[in-house]
Amino acid sequence: MTFALHSALLRRTLLGASFALVTTLTSLPAHAEDQITFVSQGGAYQKAQTVAILDPAAKTLNITINQDSIPDAWPAIKTQVGSGKPTWDVVDTPTGYCLRGGEQGLIEKLDFSKIPNAAAMPAAYRSDYSVAYEFYSSVLAYSQKTYAGIAPNSWADFWDVKKFPGRRALRNHPIATLEAALMADGVAPDKLYPLDVDRAFRKLEEIKPYVTVWWTSGAQSAQLLNDGEVDMIMAWNGRVSALIDDGAKVGFTYNQGVLQSTSLCILKGAPNLPTAVRFLNEAVDPVNQANLPLHIDYGPANPRAFDTGVIKPERAAQLPSAPENAAKQALMSYAWWSSPAGEDAEKRWVAFMQK
Amino acid sequence: MRATPDISAKHQRREQALMLALTLPALLVILSLVVLPVAWLAWQSIYHSGFTLEHYRRIFSEAIYWRSFALTFEISLLVTLLALVLGYPIAFAASSARRGWSIVILALVVLPFWTSVLVRAYAWLALLQRNGVINHLLEDLGLIHEPLVLVHNTFGTVVATLHILLPFMVLPLYATMQKIPRDLLQAGASLGANPALVFWKVFLPLSLPGVLAGSTLVFVLSLGFYITPELLGGGRTIMVSMLVSRNVELYDQWGAASAVGVVLLAAVGVIFFAVSRAIPLDRVLGQK
Repeated sequence: MTFALHSALLRRTLLGASFALVTTLTSLPAHAEDQITFVSQGGAYQKAQTVAILDPAAKTLNITINQDSIPDAWPAIKTQVGSGKPTWDVVDTPTGYCLRGGEQGLIEKLDFSKIPNAAAMPAAYRSDYSVAYEFYSSVLAYSQKTYAGIAPNSWADFWDVKKFPGRRALRNHPIATLEAALMADGVAPDKLYPLDVDRAFRKLEEIKPYVTVWWTSGAQSAQLLNDGEVDMIMAWNGRVSALIDDGAKVGFTYNQGVLQSTSLCILKGAPNLPTAVRFLNEAVDPVNQANLPLHIDYGPANPRAFDTGVIKPERAAQLPSAPENAAKQALMSYAWWSSPAGEDAEKRWVAFMQK
Repeated sequence: MRATPDISAKHQRREQALMLALTLPALLVILSLVVLPVAWLAWQSIYHSGFTLEHYRRIFSEAIYWRSFALTFEISLLVTLLALVLGYPIAFAASSARRGWSIVILALVVLPFWTSVLVRAYAWLALLQRNGVINHLLEDLGLIHEPLVLVHNTFGTVVATLHILLPFMVLPLYATMQKIPRDLLQAGASLGANPALVFWKVFLPLSLPGVLAGSTLVFVLSLGFYITPELLGGGRTIMVSMLVSRNVELYDQWGAASAVGVVLLAAVGVIFFAVSRAIPLDRVLGQK
């Protein structure tokens, strides 16, 4: 279960730690019962949330939101709940950790009758222990210099080294990579789970000689594409669109992208449980959710956000969770990845890389 | 330390007690910051709500560990040999040159030492990648038509690791060579040996303590390298340090990771024991 570490630690920078500390120090609580401690991953991402969601939610609910940030919340969740006296209430973390924490009794079960805003979200965006908070996507990106005429548009194209010669890069991690391999092998995006792991690794063996780099951090994936080190890559949409905004000659498609999310969940025995539940509802409020993509390239988790008028159609077209884009993609099953089969697939990865 | 006859045994004992008292603070620091944490981690590798050898069973039964250990020793050995081949002439030049020049040479060795390892790793990326300085230069010179794959593999890892560790070879070598009395070389020459023979029979044996110290430092440091294989290895160059980090993520137990470290430590211990048996260390190190 390493996706949290990778996506969290590497997708977002640590810069937010000091920022969160300052926020924590300056926002002293009015009443003990009217506050929560919210934890996210820091950096530009936490700043964007503060403006879009946290500050408005604090105002509406008349509560104080103390912030903390940590790149990988999982070990802290374990030790905090294990100590019997957690100090955090709500954590924004890759969905798999909420599910796993739920199974291990570290996360509170949610009463969705108290979270009416989540009713508009597809069932797959929720679980007994979590509610999706924002979406990003693992997409096929490419150099427009190398593929000036016809651009690759599917994982089958990514695997087609005759039609699209060039160097390739994939993430040094099975999450989303196995999904891409299966789609390249002809599995439909909505028929992926449970993953046929053997088939996926067989398909990956085919492309392996053409993969010059297996990247580990989001920054690295952007650098590889920007410097022309590779011609085609699977990367996170936010990294690619940042390159495009900077004028790089690169493009990407949401077709067959793998839609991934972080979720909100509440620590078992959280000190401010009722307030935390109220906050959860407010955090997935359509308008608050719609504010997020105005500040960062992540998509709202509540589809109703697209009906608020806050997100202009041009902007919606760029977002991974916009209904039209979501329809072209595979929705990551965190339940499968945190199952024993998923954990076994993760353990197989190193052996595949060493061969 | 042989006592001269005019110092009494009592005096000598007092001196030893004083020496012990003086080293005590350093010993305490090492005990609390090195020995205890290492012992704690080693303990974690065998105890997790009950004694378990699970972490060790995994290491010895899964081929991925053996492959990473083999690769790590291979790379470390290669880096050590290359550092010796590159570092020996540099140290020799620095120790033989006039004072002004020797300062310049040492400054060139030490300057990169003050730059962050991360920065140097990225600098190598900029030099070695497909559209990097070296490939462009070779293409402009007409020596190659297709860019070479110089990085995101073992080659790139070795180059950057070597660069980062070179000062650890040069400095001990220089310290040893500087102390070699040059009269000995003249004495050898006066007895009719040519420069090559003087070097082989006189200088080289006297510089061996430096060779040993430098090689040990470089070898041990490269065994634990993480940044260069991670950034320049392309994901394929999986050294032991990377398995340590993988195991922390994958098994959520310190023990799963620390067991890997314990095995590496033990392997190094065995190697040094074997080396000390094969090489008469006291003769190499005893400056007589």
